[in-house]
Amino acid sequence: MMGWLRWFLARNGIALSLYMLGAVALWVIVMIVLPQLFMLDFSFRHNWQQIDPSRMGGPDDVYTFVNYHFLAFGSPNNPDPFNVVDVTVFFRTIVAAVFVTLFDLALCYPIAYYLAQVARGGKARLLVLSLIIPFWVNELLRAFAFRILFGEEGTINAILLSLGILNEPVDFVREDVALYAGLGYAYILLMIFPIYNVVESLDKNQIEAARDLGASWIRIHRRVVFPFAKPGITSGCTMVFMLSAGALAAPQILGGPSSLWFTQIIYQWFNTGSNWPRGSAYAIVLMLTCVLFVLAVMRIFKVKIGEIGR
Amino acid sequence: MSADVQLENVWVQFGDFVAVREASLTIQGGEFFSFLGPSGCGKTTLLRAISGFQDPSRGRVLIGGQDMAGTGPNQRPTALIFQNLALFPLMSVWENISFALEVKGVGKNQRRKKANELLELVALPGQGDKMVNELSGGQKQRVAVARALCAEPEVLLLDEPLSALDLKLRQHMRTELRVIQQRAGITFIYITHDQGEALTMSDRIAVMRQGVIDQISDGTTVYDHPETAFVASFVGENNFFPGKVSKIVEGIASVETKSGLLQARVSTASPVSSGDEAIVFVRPESIRFSNGEASSNYLEATVTHQEFEGHFWHLVLQTDSGSRIRMSVMNDGDSETQAVGSRISLSFIAQAAVVLAKGELAAE
Ligand SMILES: Nc1ncnc2c1ncn2[C@@H]1O[C@H](COP(=O)(O)OP(=O)(O)O)[C@@H](O)[C@H]1O
Ligand SMILES: [Mg+2]
Repeated sequence: MMGWLRWFLARNGIALSLYMLGAVALWVIVMIVLPQLFMLDFSFRHNWQQIDPSRMGGPDDVYTFVNYHFLAFGSPNNPDPFNVVDVTVFFRTIVAAVFVTLFDLALCYPIAYYLAQVARGGKARLLVLSLIIPFWVNELLRAFAFRILFGEEGTINAILLSLGILNEPVDFVREDVALYAGLGYAYILLMIFPIYNVVESLDKNQIEAARDLGASWIRIHRRVVFPFAKPGITSGCTMVFMLSAGALAAPQILGGPSSLWFTQIIYQWFNTGSNWPRGSAYAIVLMLTCVLFVLAVMRIFKVKIGEIGR
Repeated sequence: MSADVQLENVWVQFGDFVAVREASLTIQGGEFFSFLGPSGCGKTTLLRAISGFQDPSRGRVLIGGQDMAGTGPNQRPTALIFQNLALFPLMSVWENISFALEVKGVGKNQRRKKANELLELVALPGQGDKMVNELSGGQKQRVAVARALCAEPEVLLLDEPLSALDLKLRQHMRTELRVIQQRAGITFIYITHDQGEALTMSDRIAVMRQGVIDQISDGTTVYDHPETAFVASFVGENNFFPGKVSKIVEGIASVETKSGLLQARVSTASPVSSGDEAIVFVRPESIRFSNGEASSNYLEATVTHQEFEGHFWHLVLQTDSGSRIRMSVMNDGDSETQAVGSRISLSFIAQAAVVLAKGELAAE
């Protein structure tokens, strides 16, 4: 570390070095560490602000697990053994985020492979453009457009009905199809580009060598391309999973009336509930769970954290 | 098992660009056959046409008498060793080697056993559990050979496999590859831009120039009896004297050149006729010191440079008419050095020189 510091100072000069180190430190501390510490602090506090502002800073204003306890068991007069609504929504959110991630992986891996290894010049550029340009449309607009697309009177129903595939319209919004499609679509670029990046650096000769030795396309992917792409797949999946689990707008707009995303509950605590401590506790549980989950999955698939950055 | 390979009028085009033009030849089963040519002349393309990665634009590829059109690379009885080897970096050495068996669904124990056998064959016993990047260049080379042999191909295709190795290792691997070929008893089709490799290893050589096969012969014939100006200038060192054929008597042509009247043997395979624009080729080792005026093939020149290589002295000379001549003199132990700047007389016998129709020469 000291050696690195000396090298860094020698390379960039004192003034520039101090500026760069200062800027990075400021970024890390002000933008990342401090806000999360505030949230952590909040999550262990009573909500005196709302209940009884006069008790703020008084002897009762101490650290407490009450918010975490509430997430697990609900209010004291909850007849159930645990907080059925919140815990169910929590796990459903995680499972749904996993599903969205897998869906995106299945969708994006072939696209990324095609872009990186098959498409040439103009065709590849055109495809990249047609992937990127739709994201000029802002998130809200896109979400509402999906509502129209998937609604009971929507385009998809109209097509399926006129083709005779359906006899009566299906409410894709109620069935959460619209939500999954919306979330899945929202993050495809985050899945495609990391995979593309890695697969692009795969020597074409490796694919041809495997083929020459008799391998089918499936085996070539299973044994050569997929293992090689693992770092890209991991970073893609991590981002999509984290962002899906933490998404708010899409579930608000595209979620069926009966389905709640965990972020919506968090949002309610912060907003309508005016209970920041509880919202913080919920958010922190979500964040920690997601991080642990990702680490566990990486461990299972033997991916090291350092590989993601590549 | 080895199979013969036939190319029937094979063309490969990329858009308007012709990478391989009208290749027709038969490679015998069990033969060590080389394609020799400068880089960019279409060797890899031709090899890819044989292995099935590149469909010929015209013509047919037959392996073991069977037309390969519509047969993919994974279905052909060929195995290709890539110019950059293309070993799988995420698999261990033994997994690399036995990949062809894994594809066929062979069990792990059997694959392991076969990999060990092949490691013996390529002189790398006990290295199976290493990862590829733990091996040296020469070892990777051997693993690539073993991996290809594991597919039990009838034809092994090698694309400049030694080009990444240093000189010593390259020379060693030449012998090694030849031994492996004889042990495996299969057809080897070898691609190289290194004439030394082609000459030392091959039963026969096809010399290529810009997509065209100029000559197919065994090594000595290619060297001693080149059929085109390109082959004469590409394979080995050669001095050349462009000129015009004035007459031909009993297979010896007289050619008017800037350096005077030179006499040379007419190639039987591609003869010139009287009046043709032609080039006389003489090998550096065929040029001798002359002690007096000879009637023909007599040159006077000034020494501009000399190099000692142990068994040979290499001299570079300049004639009065400005031609550069290379000459190699065997070191017999007490030969005198020729000082730079001294004038000497040279000659060569007509039989040791060949006259060929004017044509493209290999770039120096
Ligand atoms: N896929 C391709 N598309 C267009 N041109 C190609 C392609 N492959 C090879 N070529 C061209 O064909 C010529 C011969 O290439 P190659 O067979 O690789 O030569 P060599 O192996 O003898 O060095 C080169 O000029 C190269 O640029
Ligand atoms: Mg090549």
